Amino acid sequence: MKYINAVIDGLSVSVEEGKTIMEAADSIGSHVPRLCFHPFLSTEGACRICVVDVEGYNNHLPACATKLQDGMIITTNSPSLRETRRDLVELLLDNHPKNCLTCERDGNCELQNLSYKLGVRERLFEGWRKEFKFDDSNVSVLRDAEKCILCKRCVRVCSEIQGVHNLSQMYRGVQTVVSPAFMAPMDESVCIKCGQCINVCPTAAFIERDETDKVWEAINDPNKFVVVQTAPAIRSAIGEGWDMPYSTSWTGKTVTALRRLGFDAVFDTDFTADLTIMEESHELMERLKSGENLPMITSCSPGWINFVEHFYPELLPNVSSCKSPMQMLSTLAKTYYAEKMHKDPKDIYVVAVMPCVAKKFEATRPEHFSPNGYPYTDAVLTTRELIWMIKAYGIDFVKLHEDEFDVPLGTSSGAGDIFGATGGVMEAALRTAYEKITGESIENLTFTEVRAVEGLREATIDIKGTLVNVAVANGLNNAKIILEKVKSGEKQFHLIEIMACPGGCVNGGGQPIPHVNKFIYPLDKDLVKKRQQALYTIDEAKTLRKSHENPAILELYKEFLEAPGSHIAHELLHTTYSEKSPKGIK
Amino acid sequence: MCTNKKYTLSDEIVDYINECLSKEHPESYLIAILHKVQGIYGFLSEIHLDEVAHLLQVPTANVYGVATFYHYFRLKPRGQFAISVCMGTACFVKGADSVLTSFKSELGIDMGETTSDGLFSLEGTRCIGVCALAPVVTINDRVYSNVVSQQVSQILNEIKAAERV
Repeated sequence: MKYINAVIDGLSVSVEEGKTIMEAADSIGSHVPRLCFHPFLSTEGACRICVVDVEGYNNHLPACATKLQDGMIITTNSPSLRETRRDLVELLLDNHPKNCLTCERDGNCELQNLSYKLGVRERLFEGWRKEFKFDDSNVSVLRDAEKCILCKRCVRVCSEIQGVHNLSQMYRGVQTVVSPAFMAPMDESVCIKCGQCINVCPTAAFIERDETDKVWEAINDPNKFVVVQTAPAIRSAIGEGWDMPYSTSWTGKTVTALRRLGFDAVFDTDFTADLTIMEESHELMERLKSGENLPMITSCSPGWINFVEHFYPELLPNVSSCKSPMQMLSTLAKTYYAEKMHKDPKDIYVVAVMPCVAKKFEATRPEHFSPNGYPYTDAVLTTRELIWMIKAYGIDFVKLHEDEFDVPLGTSSGAGDIFGATGGVMEAALRTAYEKITGESIENLTFTEVRAVEGLREATIDIKGTLVNVAVANGLNNAKIILEKVKSGEKQFHLIEIMACPGGCVNGGGQPIPHVNKFIYPLDKDLVKKRQQALYTIDEAKTLRKSHENPAILELYKEFLEAPGSHIAHELLHTTYSEKSPKGIK
Repeated sequence: MCTNKKYTLSDEIVDYINECLSKEHPESYLIAILHKVQGIYGFLSEIHLDEVAHLLQVPTANVYGVATFYHYFRLKPRGQFAISVCMGTACFVKGADSVLTSFKSELGIDMGETTSDGLFSLEGTRCIGVCALAPVVTINDRVYSNVVSQQVSQILNEIKAAERV
């Protein structure tokens, strides 16, 4: 490995060849201000905030896009550089709405923060400002092009990580705008509603549809019995809203907070994660027996479902017909639970707290309405929205005691908890499949070989002589690699787990965005790992770690669903998919 | 949008795109393909852009980004009479601006637009090299010299009258 020697701000640095001036400067504690830069996406060099001076060059150079060369003498700070940076930020501000106080990203906006840090205290210029219509066509992701600073992070994440390529820069000069093709509303585009654009956006040009008002209203309606469910990934990240330590889960405090907010019953999506495993493993066994529609691909991630419907409709028969755990729980709340509690399902209001914005769309799919015309899920909140609600209510989350979920839809095994991490559904399924295939008790419960921390894993699991070829992918560009292999027949897989978001649900489009001063960017592998670790720790601490041993699940089948794959299970817990337009370009 | 295998693009263009696909970096032929499409159809329609995207396997958003970036590409059909008002320096200082304003108000359209009857479209153009005749307007191949804004309605009426015959 060749090392490059240079001088930055009077200090000698020696870094590996190929590093940028920004990386070298970071290593000695010279944090050059930056805006369009994102450490896990390609270099854009659009904002020019990170300019530095290099001896021998007449112009300022962008630190993020300039490779360090031997002998460079670099200055990251001078009156001229500070003025340039300030001027650039001021120009952005002059073309930006000044409604920070009512903006979703107030206090955690990279532009606002930069403006504050660089000492912009007043604006003397009131001139023409770009005007675009607010795009609220989509039930999940809203687009406010007036707040866009053209850093192209959303364009980059949508193409480089998700392979969706929904966004691009249209027109030129002052008219430049980021938009789907033909300036179409998001709802008429190939957007898969994963929300990764929201997570990487430095401002609030992309945000989720806020459903908190709807939920407050339901809570305050005395005629409504309001049920809430929380997804596995919530408990590993919600503490970040109060700067609590990473790698820790906050299940008990979350339950207490939800009760305090006034929810009538607090259930756990983990319960139906276990149920998903029961139905999915039954479906897999059937497919293995008949040899049809293999490999089977998991169906928990609604972003992935949108993707397959727009981009790979030819593979729809391979997708498991199981509803997602969220939809299973909502359905059971308005059938099984309603019957048990002698309640009219119309009086039950189901709120789901999800790490995901695509879930908001999933809840509105016509397939997820009861035959009587009401939706099974009434509202979906992201982790961020729940944090807002808890704060708005005046609850000090840190001081809360720990409570337990309500029964019966709140009992879960550790297999359900790990659904929030990549490979979790696969691992949970393998625990059950192993025992179903062999009829023996499984000794080693962890299948670390399917934890696709790098985004893509293929493995062959030996279940006492039965070889099962599996693949796990997160981030849809990774999924494409597996799907192309399936299409070409290059490899015969049996079961594939696909999660739309990189790292799985823990890094979903609805998860907390780390505070701008932390310099931790969403997509950070280390952050993802910490959130995953929180879930693995819960699993390891539980004595109940196999879905098919969950007593509440066994009782549910005994009392209501008969058996996995039964007629009633099919009616309530399974769904259908269809090709969607416009068709995406792979 | 285009979900079936049938294309509205002419065989000539489909063949050309297929030829591009056999070359290295087929996506780099995007601009050449758009030129061809505009050459044949006069403008780039959404359906054609979408078909180009699918045939060339370049995301539709990127194709639209390129089509909107270059002034040369037209996204709306041109009128039967394409009015170009020269906005070069000489024409501009001699009042091209007010000539353009007159055309806009007479036709009820903005720059880059076409009247609903498809008769006229309006564009501003860079210097066309006859500064001695400034301000200059071209309508299709005919050059109008020393145009003043008061003349605009007369010019349009003459064309409309000729069309009616």
